[in-house]
Amino acid sequence: MNAILAVMRRDLLMVMRRKSEVLTALFFFVIVTSLFPLGIGPEPNLLRKIAPGVLWVAALLATMLGLQRMFSADHADGTLEQMAISPTPLIMLVVGKIGAHWLVSGLPLVVVAPILGIQFDLDSSALGVLVGALLLGTPLLSLIGSIGAALTLGVRGGGVLLSLLVLPLYIPALIFGAGAVEAHISGLGAGGHLSLLAAMLALAVFFAPWATTAALRIALE
Amino acid sequence: MLSAHGLTCVRGDRRLFSGLDLTVSAGEWLHVRGENGAGKTSLLRLLAGLTQPAEGEIRWCGETINRDDEDYRRNLLFFGHHGALKEDLTALENLEFASAMDGATLTLEAAMRALNRFGLRGREQLPVRVLSAGQKRRVMLARLVTRNAKLWVLDEPFTALDVKAVDLLSALISEHVTAGGMAILTSHQAMPIPGGRVVQL
Repeated sequence: MNAILAVMRRDLLMVMRRKSEVLTALFFFVIVTSLFPLGIGPEPNLLRKIAPGVLWVAALLATMLGLQRMFSADHADGTLEQMAISPTPLIMLVVGKIGAHWLVSGLPLVVVAPILGIQFDLDSSALGVLVGALLLGTPLLSLIGSIGAALTLGVRGGGVLLSLLVLPLYIPALIFGAGAVEAHISGLGAGGHLSLLAAMLALAVFFAPWATTAALRIALE
Repeated sequence: MLSAHGLTCVRGDRRLFSGLDLTVSAGEWLHVRGENGAGKTSLLRLLAGLTQPAEGEIRWCGETINRDDEDYRRNLLFFGHHGALKEDLTALENLEFASAMDGATLTLEAAMRALNRFGLRGREQLPVRVLSAGQKRRVMLARLVTRNAKLWVLDEPFTALDVKAVDLLSALISEHVTAGGMAILTSHQAMPIPGGRVVQL
């Protein structure tokens, strides 16, 4: 547990020293989602209809931005090597890194999402569902993304490969995340979608760190 | 005691070495020598458990080591070519993080003492990126003092160090070995530390 916290603390400290990384993902999210209402014009019905999809796709892409750096810096300077042979199980350190990634590139999106939702004329209960869905969905994105980041570690042109590998895996999160808000707006209730998102998150919490650890070991060989 | 039996290392389709046997017992140190590309680093990475040998096995206190061998990893300190230092963090923060990974608690006092010993007094709070190559190396080596490990596996530990630091490091290694520790290191220079054996690759 201490090791998890130590890794998270270190990663957050480094982000604080170099703020551009956290701000890139956040600004990307804000700008992309703001472009749609500007481009489409003031048509509340249409905007309300596309809001969940646009917000979710932008969130997917924004979390992707930081993924490649998740392990590459540690790999390049030898820290990953030291983590692999430290007495603390590597999986703990991986969990810490995934947690830090979510705090840096997932949580800020959840926080600003309601403000961005207003641009799409979503009412307050729909905004609540949006925040809930993102709160369940963004950790899922970090967890799935960590597998891709570990698998493409040390591969030349890994960035493109990473997107090709990870984006298809994001599809279920996108369908149920955006679907939750749509279902709420159409009066069906978001419960089913949110439960499925939560189930996927629970599954990913168990399996993703394990898969990521295995992939990192292969990268270190 | 660390021993290796019939180690074979294959990199790509090249066989670097095969059938290598070695033993290090308490109070001994091994000097691994060989030309560039002879497989010194590969041997050290095998011994650290970072890679698996193509053939042969490595034993720690009679037991074959595997990846989840906590006991072995607790007793091992490995330094590779990379410093494992974070450029944006200070020397002190780097040292503290390293010991948190080792599951040890490092007091501020002990960390400061270790950095002082390596001549980094007054530079503890500087980000590592502003330090010189030799000073970065010294920050890394400060872990030798803060971490209590029986077996040191050091890959080219004298790179980028000045004469004073080389003397200090040699003294540390002999101190460690006479106190019953073990060390395996690669170096192209002759080493002024008594009690060593040479493994030629």
